[in-house]
Amino acid sequence: MKRKTIIGAVLALGVVGAGFALWMMWRPEIAAVSPPQSAGRESLDRGRRIVEAGDCAVCHTRPGGDYMAGGLPLITPFGTLFTTNITPDRETGIGKWSLPAFERAMREGIARDGHFLYPAFPYVHYRKLSDADIADAYAFLMSVDPVKYTAPDNHMVFPMNFRALVSFWNLLFLHGDPLEPLPDRSAQWNRGRYLVEGAGHCSSCHSPLNLIGGEKSSELFNGGIVDGWTAPSLRGMAEAQHPWNETQLVAYLTGKVAEDHGAAAGPMLPVSLSIAQLPAEDAQAIAHYILDLKQSSSVATSPPCPPVANSTAKALPGASLFDGACASCHGAAAPMRAIESRPALASTSAVMADSPRNLIQTVLQGIPMSTSDSSHYMPGFADSLDDTHLAAIAEYLRNESCPTRPWTDLDKTIKSIRAQE
Amino acid sequence: MITLDINGKTHELDIPQDMPLLYALRNQVGLNGAKYGCGLGQCGACTVLVNDKPVFSCLTPCGALEGKSVRTVESLGSADKPGPLQKAFIDEQAAQCGYCIAGMIVRAQALLEANPHPDDDTIRRHMAPNLCRCGTHVRILAAIKSVIAQGAKV
Repeated sequence: MKRKTIIGAVLALGVVGAGFALWMMWRPEIAAVSPPQSAGRESLDRGRRIVEAGDCAVCHTRPGGDYMAGGLPLITPFGTLFTTNITPDRETGIGKWSLPAFERAMREGIARDGHFLYPAFPYVHYRKLSDADIADAYAFLMSVDPVKYTAPDNHMVFPMNFRALVSFWNLLFLHGDPLEPLPDRSAQWNRGRYLVEGAGHCSSCHSPLNLIGGEKSSELFNGGIVDGWTAPSLRGMAEAQHPWNETQLVAYLTGKVAEDHGAAAGPMLPVSLSIAQLPAEDAQAIAHYILDLKQSSSVATSPPCPPVANSTAKALPGASLFDGACASCHGAAAPMRAIESRPALASTSAVMADSPRNLIQTVLQGIPMSTSDSSHYMPGFADSLDDTHLAAIAEYLRNESCPTRPWTDLDKTIKSIRAQE
Repeated sequence: MITLDINGKTHELDIPQDMPLLYALRNQVGLNGAKYGCGLGQCGACTVLVNDKPVFSCLTPCGALEGKSVRTVESLGSADKPGPLQKAFIDEQAAQCGYCIAGMIVRAQALLEANPHPDDDTIRRHMAPNLCRCGTHVRILAAIKSVIAQGAKV
């Protein structure tokens, strides 16, 4: 009798558990639809802007590949993902998706057929978009050229290859509805917040991630590392020792050279080229909002670098390497410096930063030609300078900029970045 | 003194550490194949091989080259005995003014040494850093592809 009770209880628990698992991990398919009628010009224009603000093409277009056809590898700590085809091709893209299916993907991270999307797709941010913006983005994506292309299979480590586990991740990190404007803040501030926290999903890179790849909510915007580059903290930029103003940040965000600071490189370059496609008011709103993000009290800020009257940098071995490799563009008398008030390297974010990472990355890889009007192209030096030369040049530049706090991890950083090439 | 290994020969040169390799090649060693174009690493006319990789010699300080091997277009053949790429560039009449050609040949050489059968897309991406103001890119590509088609060892 007693045994039957136990068996019964175990069975009941099993049924409840299975039911719970099913409820957690199963999502219905949303019926395929015929291609929607082309939306009006205005909706398409609005949709194009939302898609640019959301940087969709940055991930969903692989180098040399067709627009939005996917296939870009995203290397995560849990394996490699390949972005999907979001052109309206009916077999390999999202051509069979209805607006409700698209909206569910954007807000809950569920594909039309019911499978869970990995959170590398930033639905935790896109869910903050308004209904109208999602509808316009859908209309625009349905209007791009359909491309038949299937991305390579993902290589996720066990157990992350089991997509339904994302349901538990969602339980922890998927919350927050469309952002309501704060009535006590300006329209520009609210617009900036909507773009930064919604479509722009800035904190995806500019926040530290926890062990399971979620943004640490207590350290939002405190900076992170992405693709081997430092995504610097967005907090306290207006009050920093070398402060940013709105004009400079707007220039930076739109692919131009920011006076006294430098220009976007690495993973931020395509983002800035996307923002450059937005109306100027949007870039200004983003800059306005970011410059209002205050330094969080929990973060220890680095002591300032006192100005040095007589730099000893010229005596360092890196000085002659700089003269031979860098000075024709970056030297004080270089004609390139006269364009757009390009700053001395000593005052750029890459050299002022606590970590040499972004300087090393830029020197190794350079900055590719871009389609913006004033491309800040730089050739890469990975094949002409070896590790000791790189370290010497970095030491020299840092000494010009902040001699009281030299970089102590140069060799290690260079080796780890080279290893990732 | 700086010791440079250029086209298999050792040169002891009394030059400053910060002298760009291009200047040493042209002014000290007398190798005039590599050309000065922009001096900014934007055109590729000065391309040479350092440890088999194409680099802009105008932005490579000699002080960074101790113990490395430098190869210029002169190492690939001569007017009497042109190498496979040089011959193909002549056969395809790839040069108009010719200023970019030494850099083009050297960059193509690096590609074919590492990958004897690149596809068109790979060739185009690899050659992208080198510019030709005359616009003979189509003939340059044809010359590179003819070497690949012949299967000639570069």
